[in-house]
Parts: sequence; C-alpha cells; structure tokens
Amino acid sequence: MIDFELPDQIKQQYAMFRQVAQASMRPISRDLDENEHEKPWDFINQMWPVIQMQEGHELKRAEKKAAAIAAAEKPAKPRKKRPSTATLLMAHMIEAMSWGDAGIYLCIPGGQLGGEAIKAVGTIEQKRRFLKRFTEGEPKWAAMAITEPCCGSDTANIQATARLDEETNEWVLNGEKIFVTSGLMATQESDGFVVVWASVDRSARRAGIKSFVVEAGTPGMKVTKTEEKLGIRASDTVSLLFEECRIPYDNILGNPEVKKEGTTKGFKGVMKTFDASRPLVAASAMGIARATIEFVKEMLEKDGVEIRYGLPRHQLTGLERDVMEMEAQYKAAWLLTLRAVSMLDERRPNAIESSMCKAKAGMAVTLITQKAVEILGPLGYSRKCLVEKWMRDAKINDLFEGTGQINTLIVARRILGFSRRELK
Amino acid sequence: MISFEPTEEQQMLIGAVRRFADKEIRPVYRDFEEEGEIPHSFAQKGWELGLTAAGIPEEYEGFAEERSVVTGALYAEELAWGDLAIAMHLLAPGLFAYPVLLCGTTEQKESYLPHFCEDEFKSATAALIEPTIRFDPAALKTTAVLDGDEYVLNGNKMYVPLAATADLILVYAAEDGATQGFLVKGGTQGLEVGDREKHMGIKALATYELSLNNCRIPRAGKLGGESGCDLGQLMTLSRIATSAMAVGVARASYEYALAYAKEREAFGEPIASRQAVAFMLADMAVDIDAARLMVWEAAWRVDQGKDAAKEAYLAKMFADEVVLRVTDGGVQVLGGYGYIREFPVELWLRNGRGFAAFDGLAMV
Repeated sequence: MIDFELPDQIKQQYAMFRQVAQASMRPISRDLDENEHEKPWDFINQMWPVIQMQEGHELKRAEKKAAAIAAAEKPAKPRKKRPSTATLLMAHMIEAMSWGDAGIYLCIPGGQLGGEAIKAVGTIEQKRRFLKRFTEGEPKWAAMAITEPCCGSDTANIQATARLDEETNEWVLNGEKIFVTSGLMATQESDGFVVVWASVDRSARRAGIKSFVVEAGTPGMKVTKTEEKLGIRASDTVSLLFEECRIPYDNILGNPEVKKEGTTKGFKGVMKTFDASRPLVAASAMGIARATIEFVKEMLEKDGVEIRYGLPRHQLTGLERDVMEMEAQYKAAWLLTLRAVSMLDERRPNAIESSMCKAKAGMAVTLITQKAVEILGPLGYSRKCLVEKWMRDAKINDLFEGTGQINTLIVARRILGFSRRELK
Repeated sequence: MISFEPTEEQQMLIGAVRRFADKEIRPVYRDFEEEGEIPHSFAQKGWELGLTAAGIPEEYEGFAEERSVVTGALYAEELAWGDLAIAMHLLAPGLFAYPVLLCGTTEQKESYLPHFCEDEFKSATAALIEPTIRFDPAALKTTAVLDGDEYVLNGNKMYVPLAATADLILVYAAEDGATQGFLVKGGTQGLEVGDREKHMGIKALATYELSLNNCRIPRAGKLGGESGCDLGQLMTLSRIATSAMAVGVARASYEYALAYAKEREAFGEPIASRQAVAFMLADMAVDIDAARLMVWEAAWRVDQGKDAAKEAYLAKMFADEVVLRVTDGGVQVLGGYGYIREFPVELWLRNGRGFAAFDGLAMV
C-alpha cells in the first residue's frame, strides 16, 4: 500500500536527533565555520555512544545472517519478513543532523561512506575486522578515497595502482587521492581506515578498478594537504599520498579477479556503493533545505508576513510564490529521496532512483538556499544569520558523491537504455 | 510504514485502465480532438470501467469497500496518459457525485448516488469557473439568495463540461459571501446553457458557458443542507485529481519523446546520444516522478483523514509547471515534427498549458 507514515520507532528517534541538532549543533555552528580545521569534540563524544550502538546492531545482524547462511545446507525457509528500516532511520538521522549543521554532521564518527562500502560488498570476516572498531573504545572514523587530481567523475580513469606482491601476499598501493572527506580523522586522528579505489590492471580500464581498505597508521600512506573550503568547514577534506603502501591481501573488497577487458561487472560492483550513499547525501541536502525554509518562514512571520496557501495564483505575492516554490522543490526532492531509501531497505535495485534523488536534492538545496539569501536581503547575506552559511554548505551536495551532472547522465543512460558509448 | 507500492487491487485497476487508455483511447483520441466530439458510445465504453462507482460506497450501490483518493489519483493519471479530454469527460460525473458523497445530506446521497452506479453513463457535471481573469473559487460572483423555500441563483459560469447533456449540475455560488454548492437539474428554468466553448486544447471535451438568470431550486437542493459544504476539502480533491492528470499528460509526452530521441538520427547517431537531448529527457523523468510522489502523498493524507490542503496545493503548483515544461520539451525533442499535428506532442503541449486554468475541472 502506498504509505507515507514513518514507523513509530523512527519517529521517536528522529525527534531525538532533532533535539540533539538543536541543542548541540546549532550553538557551535557559526564558530566552527569561522574557525576552519577545529573539531567539535564535545559533540563527537556525545554522538560516539549512539554510533557504537548502531554499528553494534548492524554488525550483529551481519553475523546472524552469515551464521544462517553457513548453517543452512538447504536454502533458508522462505518466510515473510518485514523489510529492514535501517536506511530509512539513517536517512532521518542524517537529515536531522544536517538541519543542525551539515559540516558538523560529517564529523560524526563511525563508518560513514567507507563503512557503507564494506557493508555493501565486504565478507563477514572483513566486516568483523574493520567494523568492530566502531563498537568499542575511542571515537573512530572511516573515509572513502576515490577522486584524484586528474579525475573525479571519470572514475574509470583512476591512476592509483595496487600491485600484488606475491611473495608477501600483500597489495602495494601507489598514487594520490584528493577530496577525501574525514580523511584526517580516519587516517591520522583515530584508529580508523580509508577505502581506496585503485587499479590492479590499468590496461583493463574499468574492470581493473578495485577498492581496498587501508588502516590508519599504515606505512606509506600520509596526509599531504588539508583543504580550505567554501562550506562544510567543520569537516576535514584532505589529500592522501600512497607510496609503496603495503596492505594485507584480504583488504581487497569484492572479487579480486579482473574480468576481461570490455566487461564491467567488477566496476559495477564498486559503483553499487553509490546507490546506497547517494540517497544519504540527498538526505543531508534536505536537512539544510528544511533548516533554510523554516528559518525564512520564521523570519517572515516575525515580520508579519504570512504565506497564504490555497489562494488563486493571481493573488499571491512574488514573495509567497518564491517561498512556495522552495517548499515544492523541497518536497519533490525529499519524496524522491524517501523512495530511493525505502528501495534500499527492501533490497530492490535503485540505481536510477538513487541518482534521481541525488540530482534533484543537490539542485533543490542549491536553489532553495540561494533564494533564501535573496529573500532575507541584508540579513540573508550577513554572517549574523546562518543562511549564508547554509548556502555555502548546501553547494557541496551538488558536487560530492557524483555531481548533479553525473547523476543526470546516469539517469539519462538508464531511461534510454544506453551504454557509456551510446551516451557519453 | 513508508511504501511506494500500490496494493494488488490498485495494480489490477491501474492495469485495466492502462489497457483501456492504450487499446481504446489512443487509437481514437486524435480523431475526437479534430472532430471536437467524444461519441456517446465511447463514453459508455469508458463508463463500464466503473471508475466513478468505484469511489462510491456499497450502501449507495457503488462498490467501494473503502473509498481511496490514492486509487483515484492512480487511475486519473492513467486515463490522462491516454487522453486528457477523454479523461475529463469520463470523470465529469464525479464532479457531481463526489461532492454529494463527501458533503451531501443523507437524503441527497440516497437520492443521487445510486444513479452513478448504474450501467448507463450518467451525464452530470459541476459549474465552478467564472469568466474572469481573476477567478477565485472562494469569492464567486455567482450568487445564491434564499427566497422563501427556494434558492435563487444568478451569475455566469464557464468551463462546464457536458453541460448541454447533463441531467445534474452542481452549481457553485456565493451565499452571503461563502461558496456553497447547489444541486440543479438539467433543464431547470433560468438555467441557460450557452455556447460550446473553444479552447486551445482538450477540444474533444464539450464544455459550455452557463448562465443562471433567477434560476430557482428548492431549498433542499443546497449541498450539505444547512451546514453547507467544505469548499477547501473539495478543492483539495480537485487539485489532487488534476495534478494526477498533469502527471499523466507529462508522462505521455515524455515517453513519446524518449522513444523518438532513440530512433531519430542526426550526425550519424541517435539524437538521444547528445547530452543536450538526453539531459532534457532525464530532467523530465525526475520531475514526473517527483510530481507523482507529491500527488500520492497529498492523496494519502486525505485517505488518512489528515489535512492535505497545503500538500495538494503545492503538488498542483509543482505539477502545473512540470507538465508545461515536459510537454514543451516533448515538442522541442521532436523539433519541426513536434509542431506538426501528425505527431501527438503538440496536442499534449496545448493540453499541458491548460492545467493552470483547470481548477475544479476534475475530482476523484
């Protein structure tokens, strides 16, 4: 049945996250924007137990599933089970946190995108080895290293290499990665890890690209630069250099075999992690969008301006039209996001829906926040309010995890049934 | 629990309506458009889908176990995908039946609703829109004044579908400044059906001007009796229906343009191989899906008994823009051919442009 009702449990947790955002994020939001490279340690320590619990649950579930698969000689009894709501909860957490502050949200410890990659394609042993750390001890981070100075969207062109040293049974990584979100926290400030995309066979192009887990402190990996950015300044974005960086053979995610040139099956597996991460980026965008719309309406209300829904359009003021357009764009993007998220929970392929919501959300939040700065005029542009910051923060959502254009391209190829060759 | 899957019954219904749209409507809609006429026999065939009766509860001889606006939105999209004029013709009786169902007195429901559950197409309609550029359903110029045991209606209406043949017309008029509905039988003295209207699109749909000159109806003919009707709720249902139709029209144009762009070659490859074209199509796909989800959410809220006024209003605002952008894009993708009436996309652009004017022209 078509249904838009959140399960009660998620409603409750969402309300809790919203409180945290209000109480612990908003008060430090401006400070962390003005003092780039500082970390919200109080907030991090506050969130860590929550993350530990979540990651613990997920790991336990993965164990259970692995045990069931191992035990069952015959295929498990087909029993009707309720679809998971893990992604739905995650999306709501991210939305609420990003309402608080999208940069600070990115500082939340835990697996984040790197963890998602392992959850998506890792073996149970890998999940144990790499994800257990998020259930114990001090706060830890994981990061994802894909982009290189020469290529971002064109991931098939990745130059970093992973060479197998058969004598020691180790992968040897060489290359440079840039724009690694939380790279500093994951590789230098905690016992975390980074998932690195590298080619095991450059002549095989796409088919040669694999992802590898490199743990913090591995010799041969170092942070060479911390970027200064337009927004999300609380979150660190770094360059990582790999020089003869050796990691155990078992740190490769997915099938190590290189399918023959021209086939892209392995690469598609790697790309699959985007299907899971893009709706979550969209959810973050939607948090900023909601914050902005709420603030604009609140300011207008204080000024005695009411937004009158239901009127014939000729009676609307330009201002009302702008606000309603913002709200409609927000709703459109949020519903597309919920759809992509719920398909993930139902374990249905969602590549097109995932790119759709990401493209829409990135564009929507960009337009919404830019319009808000305009509507609020001198106050919108002033650093007294957070709106100008939200506009700067928002823009990242149309850039990372695939620019709006790349996501549009993916949607286009899918609806047309075109390959990369047929639609460049 | 959040879900985007129609129920099995809904899927069956959509399947049936989609087949009707594809196999029955699509072969004839262009001819109907050029002729400016939907033959009665065709309307009868469409009536046999039982869509209007599907929204009327069993106690009034319909077959709705549970009335669902989501279901209405689903079939409205499918019908409009077939053709908007035909969809509006087939749903016109609902313009009378559903307000009676939602706001009518028990007596009104009992006396009118069973007629909509019979085998014969029940020609009924509503008269809401007035001939002014600044039309406002909440501030009508048509008036209703109580005179003894009768209401006296005066004013002018336009965009009244099927008015010339309708047995029943729900006339909206202002009583002491508030919009109320009045149940008027066709042929009532003072009710004058004017000229058949000529529009930019939906040419097959017979709509008329209507004038009310001291048209008297019994006091009991006021929709909802003394307590009247909830205009806000009726507008919400209308917005959901028309937005769903906008999605249907947009989808028709998008699908056609998509197929064309894959076939049509320029510079040695399909035009869809160019991002300039492919991105237009991708944007269309995203916006159509988004508009549909907004319609569904508003419809779901109504079904849940939640206030859906704002959601329906924003959904319509969004869908109105999407259908125009998409149908314009459809013409653009076909280039010069898009302008030729041999191809359907120009018709969809003309129909798509109308949605901003279609307040209260359909209901589910």
